[in-house]
Parts: sequence; structure tokens; C-alpha cells
Amino acid sequence: MAKVNTPKPAELAEALEYTTPQTEWMETPAVIKPGTFCWGAKGKNLGIVEFPNARDWNPSEEDWKLPENWQEIFFTGMKNLLDKYRSFKVFMDICVRCGACADKCHFFIGSGDPKNMPVLRAELLRSVYRNDFTLAGKILGKIAGARPLTVDVLKELWYYFYQCTECRRCSLFCPYGIDTAEITMMGRELTNLLGLNTDWISGPVANCYMKGNHLGLEPHAIMNSIEGMVDDIETITGIRINPSFNRKGAEILFVTPSGDLFADPGTYTAMGYMMLFHELGLDYTWSTYASEGGNFGFFSSNEMAKRLNSKIYAEAKRLGVKYIIGGECGHMWRVLTQYMDTWNGPADFMEVPVSPITGTRFENSKSTKMIHITEFTADLIKNNKLKLDPSRNDDLVITYHDSCNTARGMGLMDEPRYIINNVCNNFHEMPENTIREQTFCCGSGTGLNASENMELRMRGGLPRANAVKFVKEKHGVNMLANICAIDRATLSASMDYWVPGVKVTGVHELVANALIMTGEKERETNLRGDALPGKEGN
Amino acid sequence: MKIVLPLVAVIMLVVLAFAGVQVAGMQFLFGVLIPYLAIAFFIAGFIYRVIKWGMSPVPFCIPTTAGQMKSFPWIKQNKLDNPSSTMGVVGRMALEVLVFRSLFRNTKTELREGPQLSYGSEKFLWIAGLAFHWSFLIIFIRHFRFFMLETPFVIQMIEGLDSFLQIGAPLLYLTDVVLLGAVTFLVFRRLAMPLIKYISLPADYFPLFLILGIATSGILMRYFMKVHIVGVKEMVLGLVSFNPVVPEGIGVIFYIHLFLVSTLLAYFPLSKLMHMGGVFMSPTRNMANNSREVRHVNPWNYPVHVHTYDEYEDEFREKMKKAGLPVEKE
Amino acid sequence: MSLSTLLSDKRSLILGSWCDAVISGYPHDTSNFLRKNENRFANPVGHTIQDSFGHILDALLNNAAPEVSTVYLDNIIRIRAVQDFSPSQAVSFIFILKKVVRDVLAQEKAAVPDPEELFLFNEQVDALALTSFEIYMQCREKLYDIKANEIKNMTYRLLQKAQKMGLDSSDAADPSADIVNK
Repeated sequence: MAKVNTPKPAELAEALEYTTPQTEWMETPAVIKPGTFCWGAKGKNLGIVEFPNARDWNPSEEDWKLPENWQEIFFTGMKNLLDKYRSFKVFMDICVRCGACADKCHFFIGSGDPKNMPVLRAELLRSVYRNDFTLAGKILGKIAGARPLTVDVLKELWYYFYQCTECRRCSLFCPYGIDTAEITMMGRELTNLLGLNTDWISGPVANCYMKGNHLGLEPHAIMNSIEGMVDDIETITGIRINPSFNRKGAEILFVTPSGDLFADPGTYTAMGYMMLFHELGLDYTWSTYASEGGNFGFFSSNEMAKRLNSKIYAEAKRLGVKYIIGGECGHMWRVLTQYMDTWNGPADFMEVPVSPITGTRFENSKSTKMIHITEFTADLIKNNKLKLDPSRNDDLVITYHDSCNTARGMGLMDEPRYIINNVCNNFHEMPENTIREQTFCCGSGTGLNASENMELRMRGGLPRANAVKFVKEKHGVNMLANICAIDRATLSASMDYWVPGVKVTGVHELVANALIMTGEKERETNLRGDALPGKEGN
Repeated sequence: MKIVLPLVAVIMLVVLAFAGVQVAGMQFLFGVLIPYLAIAFFIAGFIYRVIKWGMSPVPFCIPTTAGQMKSFPWIKQNKLDNPSSTMGVVGRMALEVLVFRSLFRNTKTELREGPQLSYGSEKFLWIAGLAFHWSFLIIFIRHFRFFMLETPFVIQMIEGLDSFLQIGAPLLYLTDVVLLGAVTFLVFRRLAMPLIKYISLPADYFPLFLILGIATSGILMRYFMKVHIVGVKEMVLGLVSFNPVVPEGIGVIFYIHLFLVSTLLAYFPLSKLMHMGGVFMSPTRNMANNSREVRHVNPWNYPVHVHTYDEYEDEFREKMKKAGLPVEKE
Repeated sequence: MSLSTLLSDKRSLILGSWCDAVISGYPHDTSNFLRKNENRFANPVGHTIQDSFGHILDALLNNAAPEVSTVYLDNIIRIRAVQDFSPSQAVSFIFILKKVVRDVLAQEKAAVPDPEELFLFNEQVDALALTSFEIYMQCREKLYDIKANEIKNMTYRLLQKAQKMGLDSSDAADPSADIVNK
């Protein structure tokens, strides 16, 4: 970890000074500080997915072992991206620097680092673009806001593009819809041409490519894990359920982020899915090949994302299912909504999803043939197909965190709220400018959920946590519900630090707690093994 | 430096026009040649830039969804902020372009501390932005009286509305005051707010100073330093009908005004002012959120190297069989 | 005039200067945002500083028990412990209060405070400083706890499985090795 520098007396005195020195941003090189960045990618992992310039490297070292012609690679890559994406070209050209986005980024709010303002994050790359791709920049140079691409500039780009969670909150406020997520994606694509990925992203990508999921779980390990959950469900409900794997001829393929299979509290959400499906008698199957809904490739390059995503449709075709249900995950649903069909479609070998229980036809996904589990469940509840006892969740006072991607890259907002309101009695919204389309990121998305960058994660998590703290103090909220596997892991950490006493849950854990299953024994505990309200004495 | 430089540039432009017309007597250059060149450059440049953007495809359907999506009949869709149809997109774009919907969002911060209801300066940005763009547009339309022999009724109506306060002679146009005020605010904002000052470039100050110069010279011309108005109209009509004439005694302030306008036109395609065209081409705003319903096609979609199920099964077949998982090949 | 009356009279001035001084420790262009944006959700850092400083100052002026201030110190230090500050910088804000008070007193030449009272006041501030060190350490330790817990949560099901399988855990050892590597 970080070398501890004992501050000199002069530096200590400076800490008591009233002001800090001010330099223009172009004259302020980025200082890569421990706690704010993720370890560099391992050459081995990049090699597995055939990425160029694969090598071990360390961001905190002076020498990044860049290839000889790295600038040429960068510019060729940039030209290529400008030719391929109108968004990139337009966003490089039309920003007027009005500053509407400046204070909308959770990383800026939490860190105070001006280069975390979305406009400046984009300007880091725009300045390079102007220098080499615009007439004004070529002639006027710095006056036109241009600067040459040096090693220091490259390091700065890397540092700040791996401090953006592509949450799109800034895009919401931009009068031209400039989307920093799009710019960060391009920036990361360029760093990947130079082998500058992070270990936390490239490791899961390699795992997912070879083994089907980010955690690198082999087929039997997935089954083992799910069987462990089946045991727990039996202990709690007295019902033994029998999930199937890689089963041909099933009506539905179910895909969820692999985090739900191993990481608490996501595992409780996974148990929730299985209990619900069992109660409905749903004809569904898990796949060990397409065992990942999430897509860390999306945080590396467009091509890598497509390569990982291809498994979902390929497996649906091989198994001959009618349609796909997807679990609770954030960026997974951005990918499924805005990218999957374009990459790997058309999925004409499947049928328009129809709920076998209610007969509802999901017209809004008639091309992708994949529905969100909260759409599926909300429809069940609306049609009175579930027997629910919300009082089993009475020990919980719940608030709901919209995931960035389902909110701003899809618009799934009322379905999960409808479910929560039907399975729980105590629900309170956070303040209006922190939810729905204005939701604050958990601070650890886009593959930033490593542990070596914990300070960065906590800074980014502050605005969200601050709003939770408010409802905790006002309404006694003790449970933060969400529909994202990364949220379940990272908000747990964020709550632990900022708002101790608030736990994190997936929506389907709440559903399963309230769900009265046919033939179940009298439940004593919830899925976590805690005594149900009114059963504490037992 | 980044403020002084553009300011000096605009002052130099004024001096240049003044010296050119008043001292060197180059009325034809400043009154005919430069305006023609500027307009030609503006039109060609604008089209070039838009075509250049258009040459890059939109590979993915990436609207920023700002409200509830189209879902069940019993869940109310936010059709304007998260449109799923072309009509919705038209509505969204109209709100965006006509009333700056996204900028307005900034003001939606209700829960405030303290007794007084204080709004952030963002609301002022929205108001100033609206005031600036709308008054600029109205002033531009008003100028059509110079482009046509007969002043159309619509223009007369706009003029009437614009001067309804009936102050002064000639009647004071509201938009003149509003434009000047809004531009001054936008300059002031860049100078006074450290965050905004930090992100501002010379390219942000230059157009503001230039427009300030145009508005000032226009106002001087109308209210204070009278020009030979019949001559001006004769000259502009000449320009419009491609029969350029240079009437005598128009007054140098007109040439300064015209030169600054010409500069703005020529500068336009090279600069961030292209946001006027770009806003219509922004994929996060001009696309319907219906990519689950209708497949969006990427023109450069290409086959990629994937790890197939067969390869996967080859690697894990024994383990799969041992675990009781079905396999394709025994 | 007693020191406490004097300081109570000057409360808003002291509080203002104190907040200002501490907020000025952030990058210049950012500090204005922290100062001006009054929405507690849009600007949690600025809001926390202003809100908590007010409470800490009041506790000092009212000679409240030191524990009263702990929660407010915690609010601030919890933020500064993860920002770009060295440990000394992170807790320096409490010492800045001394400087601010000294400056305010210097302007009030007419009212020379009782040295004994001033000494006591400084001592109270020092006590807050000591508490601050403790809170800072707790925050940092918490961060390391969280890192460890995340790894544990991530492999919870594996550990559970391994335990159930007892010694015959050759199957489980395989994937768990992968996870730890990741």
C-alpha cells in the first residue's frame, strides 16, 4: 500500500493556511494518489481476450511501459472512434462550458477535485482533440483550448476516466445532452489500445470470457452455490426446490449477475428469485455458460462488451427457450436495453415474452425478447397472482435507490416501487433531487468496486449516503433497497462507513420474505436468518 | 489572459472597421465584399460541419431517459422525458430547443435549509440563456424589415409587440435591453463564479464580447448615433438582390456593426456556436427509447471472436458430467 | 466582559470565518461551490461543515460536555478521512478555530479576555483535537474493515460450502482460488 510520508513542518503549517494556490487546470498535472485508483491490468488477463499491448504495469510507477508509438496508436484510435460514433464527434464539438453539469457529479461533490466536474473531465480529452483534429486548435493552440498529448496528459486521462462511473447524471442536466458516460467509454477504449486497463476490470473480463461469469465460477461451482441456497431455503420455508441447469426445452432462460450467486447480500436476492419461480411453477432454467448478466467488457471496449454479451442469445438459441428473464442489475440492463439487440440480434428465434401466469404480453421488449424481473413481478402483483404477507417485512423501514443505468439508460422506476409498496409496509422516498432520474450513483460502478481505491469509492458514495442518512434520521430507515448487484455489494460498504445501521437489500429478497408459498411451514426467520417480527422470542 | 485576449480581439475588430471605412474609405470592402464572404463562409461552413457530423453513424440507441419508460398500461409513462415514439421525441426536442428543458432541471431543488427560499444561480443561467437566445432571435427577425422592400405584417407585429412600452423616440425595443442584459450577465457569470471561470476558455469569452459589440453598435446606431436609414436599407436590399450599391453618408457605426456581424458569421462554423446545429444531432436527446421494441441497426456492426458454448463444454465436459449437467457431446 | 459573553456576541463572525477558512482549504474553484450551494443533498460536504461547525461552536460556548461535539466532529472527519488530506490536514480544522478566535479577539482591543478563561477555552479546543484524532483513526480503521469484509462477503458462500464439505473440499478449493486471485 501507500508509503507513509511524514509531513514536514512547512507542510503542516500549510494545512493551517487559509487558501490553496491556484493554477489553470492545464498547468496542473494529475497526481496519482493511493486510494483513488485501481491496480493496473495483468498482462495475462489482457492476453486471454487478445487485447493489444498486454503487459503487467503499475499506475503508481513513473514508467507505464508504453509502446514506442503510443501517440500514433492513440490518434489512430481516436480518429477511428470519431468516424464510428456521431455522439463522440458531436460531444467533442458543441460543449459551450455553461457549467450546468459542473456540480452534478458525485465524485466532484464528494472529492472537491475540479477535474471531477463532468465538463472538465471531458475537456481533458477535448483539449487533445482540438490540438490534432480541429483547424482552430492546430493554428491557435492553447488559445483555442488545445494541448499536445504528452505522457503526463495520458496519465491524467487515464486517472480521471477511471474516476467516472458512467452514471449519466451530468447528461441529464446538459442542454445538449452531452453524455460524459459516452466520452468516458471512448476514453477507456483508447486506454485499452495501450494496454492500460485495470486489474479489477480485466480480471473479471477474462474470467467471463473463458468461464461464463466474472467470478470465474466453473459449472459445478455454480451448481454448488445454488444448491447451498436451496438448502437455506428449505431450512427457512420447509420447501425443497429443484432448480435446473442448462436444460433444453425450458420456456425461459434466467440470467442474473454472478455476484448474486456468491456475494452477500446478493445471495438473498438470488434466493428470492428462486422462491418466486418455484411458487409460480415457472418452466425456467439457469445456464452455466451464460452465467453472467453483468458485463465488465462494457467498461473496456465496445467489442469486448459485445463478445461477452453474445453468450446470452447464443445460449437462448441452443437451449431453445421462448424468452429470457433478467435479474436485478444496473449496467447489465443498460447493455440489454441499448446494446444487446444491436450487437447480437435479431433474436428472431425466440417469441415475444408472455407471462405464463397472467398472460400479459410484454410489448415493450418484443424485439430483445428479454424482460426485467421487476416488470415480471410487478405484473404478477397487479394481477393478484401472489399471496403476500408484507408484515413479515415490518422490522424494516425501507428506502429505494434507483440504479443509474436502470434510471437514466432505461427508465425503469415505478415497477420496483410498486413491488416494494406491495411487499412492505414502511417505505419512504429519499429527497427528490437524489432519486429517479436524478439518482446519485453508488460511487463504485463501471468496475471501480475494487478495494484499493476505497477512498475514492467513499467520496463518490457520499451524496447517495448523505440522502440515506437524511431519511434514516427522519423516518428511521434501516434498509436500502435497490435492483443492482454492484449496488448490493458497494452500498453495503458505503452504508457501513457513512450510515452505520442501514443494511442493503435487493427487491426480490423483500418479495420472497413476504411471499406466502404453497405448503410452507410457519416461517420463523427471514432469508437472512434473522427472526421475523413477532417471532423474536422463539 | 484568456479574458483579455478575446476582449482585445473584439476591440481590434472595431478599430479595423472604423479605420477601414473612416480613414481608408474602404466602404465597398466592409459593406459588400466582407459580408458576402462571411455569409458564404457561414453557409458553407455550417453545412460542412453538419455533414461531417452526419458522416459518422449513430451505432447505438442511447437516449438519456429522464422519466418512467413505456411499461404496462397501468404505469404512467413520462412521454416527453422518456419518449418511445417519434412524436414523443419531437416533443422532447421542442422542449429542449425552445425552452431549454434540461437547463431548467437545475432549479428543481426544493428541500432547502433556512427560512429563505434561495435558488441556485443555475436558475439564472436558465433565464439568462432563454432571454439571450430568444431576444437574439426576435432581433434577427426584426432585421428582415431591411431585407425586403415592403415590411411584412408579421414583422410589423413583432416590432409592435417588442416596443409596446412606448418609451422614447425611436421607440425602445425590449429585446435590445434584454439581450444586452443577458449577455452582460453571461459574461459576468463567467468572471464571478470560480468554477465557471476555471472551465472557461478564450473561445467562451470571444463570442460573448463579439455579441456585446454587435448589440452595442446596433443600439448606438438606432438610438444615439443616427445613421442614414434610407441609405442603409438601400444598401442591404442591394446586397440581398445581388446588386450591391454603396450609398454615400451612411455613417461609420453601421459599418462597424456590419463588420462585427460578418465576423460572427464567419466565426460561427469554426466554433462552439455550432451547438445550434449540434443540439439537433445529439443522440441522447433525439432518439426514442424503444430499443427493446424495435431493433436499432449499427451500420458497422462486425462479427467478433467469441468463446462458443462448444469450446466451453470442451474445457469443462468432465466436470459438467460429474456434476450431472447435460452435455452436447458425450 | 467575560470571554464566553464576548465569543457569544461574535458567534456568527467566528462561525463564518471558521467555515470560510476550512472551506478555503479545498481547491480554489471548488470552495465557492462548497460555500454557496445551500442544498444539503447537492452539496453534502459544504453543508456538513457549516452545520457541524455551528453545533461544535455552540457546545464550546455553552460549556457543554465534550461528548456533545463528538457526533459533529465525526460528521466532518468522516468526510475528510477519505478526501485528499494527510492525517494532519484532515483534523487541522479544529486548530484553525483557535486562530480564528485569536483574530477576532485581536480586533476587539477594548475587551481583553481574562487569561485564565482563555486558557480554559484553549484547553477545551485541545480536548476536541484529541477526540478528533481518535475519530480519524476510527474512520481509517473502518475503511480497512470494509475492505476485509468485502472480500469475506464475496466468498461467503464458498466458505460455507467448504465448511459443509469438511476436509473433502478439493472441488471448492478450485473456484475459491480464482476469487482470491481476482
